[in-house]
Amino acid sequence: MAEYQIQDKVLLIEGQLNKVSVAKLYSQILKDKHFKEIDYISLKKLEEIDSAGVAMLDELILKLPHPVPVRDMSEIVKDTISVFESRSLPENPKPKKAGIFEATGSAVINFSKELFEMLVLTSDIVYWSIVGIWNKRGQRKGSLIQQGVLIGVDALPIVALLSFIIGFIISLQSATQLKQFGANIFLANLIAISMVRELGPLVTAIIVAGRSGSAIASEIATMKVTEEIDALKMMALNPIRYVVVPKFHAVTFCMPLLVLFSILIGIFGGMLIGIYYLDLSLVAFLNACLEVTALKDIVISMAKSIVFAWQIVIVGSHYGFQVTGGAEGVGKATTIAVVISIFSVIVMDALFSLFYMI
Amino acid sequence: MNKNKNSGSKLANPVIEVRNLVAKYGERTILDDISLDIYQGEVTVILGSSGGGKTTFLKNIIRLNQPYSGSVKIFNEEVTQMDEETFARILRRVGMLFQNGALLNSIDIYENLCIPLEQHTHLPKDVVERMVRKKLDLVNLSHALYLLPSELSGGMKKRAALARAIALDPEILFFDEPSAGLDPITSAQLDELILDLKNLLKISIVVVTHELASIHRIADRIIFLHKGKLVFHGSLDDAKLCPHETVQEFFRVGRFE
Repeated sequence: MAEYQIQDKVLLIEGQLNKVSVAKLYSQILKDKHFKEIDYISLKKLEEIDSAGVAMLDELILKLPHPVPVRDMSEIVKDTISVFESRSLPENPKPKKAGIFEATGSAVINFSKELFEMLVLTSDIVYWSIVGIWNKRGQRKGSLIQQGVLIGVDALPIVALLSFIIGFIISLQSATQLKQFGANIFLANLIAISMVRELGPLVTAIIVAGRSGSAIASEIATMKVTEEIDALKMMALNPIRYVVVPKFHAVTFCMPLLVLFSILIGIFGGMLIGIYYLDLSLVAFLNACLEVTALKDIVISMAKSIVFAWQIVIVGSHYGFQVTGGAEGVGKATTIAVVISIFSVIVMDALFSLFYMI
Repeated sequence: MNKNKNSGSKLANPVIEVRNLVAKYGERTILDDISLDIYQGEVTVILGSSGGGKTTFLKNIIRLNQPYSGSVKIFNEEVTQMDEETFARILRRVGMLFQNGALLNSIDIYENLCIPLEQHTHLPKDVVERMVRKKLDLVNLSHALYLLPSELSGGMKKRAALARAIALDPEILFFDEPSAGLDPITSAQLDELILDLKNLLKISIVVVTHELASIHRIADRIIFLHKGKLVFHGSLDDAKLCPHETVQEFFRVGRFE
């Protein structure tokens, strides 16, 4: 432990001045009313000092109205002080945070930059995927099938489960209402229209964004930070063509199929409620479903699903390619890719609904 | 900090005593019956071919890996069976510089250095700030105070990590390949710093390295591990006379690099 006393304008510190004793001593000395009057600091009886002790001495000296010398120290204390002495350190002030106007301005600029970059990426992807349909050079063999399995087949169980639950729940909730009016058969209309027009594409898109959007973003981001993308470029391969195009093709194929699957399972969930809770007959239910679903609905639903799929791939690869920093950056890129792709899917869904009304 | 006043003499105290240490990954034996002492105030260099168990040896001493059998004493206390809390007290007197720095990426350099100081001491804020700035100054990184680790080059990261390792004035410092991936000038500066830490602060230093130039500059004592066995333990001059084939090969080939 260390102690201090102030006598005849001399601050005498004794004992061991280390990171344990400094914690207490520092505030004690600062509060001492004679502290500001001292002429020098004496370390005559100091046995030991470490970097915390030296930092404390420097802080004390800088807090005085005029600099004072440190005297009477042993060789070893002197050595340690000479290593850790820090009064002559250059000041480097903390960088200032941007003000509200600067922050808004740079947010707008960044947003438009990002939008532009995303457009460029979109055009690249679309160009190379059209070229890639006929010319398979520059792509890995079998990558389309592999991606199809990853994005499409592997997603089947979770899409089935969620669509079933959603179809089941919506039907259950509406069935109690419909029953009051004896409008039981309209359950079929309700579930068919909502699954085909809205829920099928939307639910599938959200699942795919969560599963594959994040996978695409993190895969590309990892490739970028580990310089794999640069390696591809150095082998004269276009990274978009090599990495993104197979995913783009796969998702374009798989998404409509997944949506179709989701719609069927959702309607099946509703059908269980219709048959067992509302006592509808199977034939009546299916008849009503088919009657109410126009070809136009299905076409729009498929169109939606393809647009959503493209959005997910484009957003995912955009944030993947944008990554900076190491592992930290990969995590950030993945998170933001999922958030933005789900957001953009929902916005696009709203736009589709508006067009549909016209 | 400096408990042993004779640190320069031949009779230095061992700070780490390893006896019959065996380490395994699954069935594979990585370290086979290693016994040695590491002395206070010395730079001990661990040499050996890649895969020879050097990093594993370090990790077993500080219990990042649990030894399969054997005993490790740090500051005269057996650590292999020690409970977490007591061991944490020992770890506060030990610093480690990892191969790639291992700075926390989400916070800036200043906060990285603050972590040990704020978590393990009750020092007032201005003292902490001064200590952080001084430690960064010691590794020539004053200008990088508020940068994120991702904004630094490899060498800078390593130096920042060194500043973090010495934040609490450790008594033992471990370096895992400090000069890997550094240019010769930066690597020589790092060696200077290691010598300064040894001479001025009397820190005991354990270094894993391959760089022959660096070994000549810093080593007081050499440990040579080969295929999990200790094949040589002694001074650099003795090492050059060691009859073991691999040790001979190391110095013969290394000299022409």
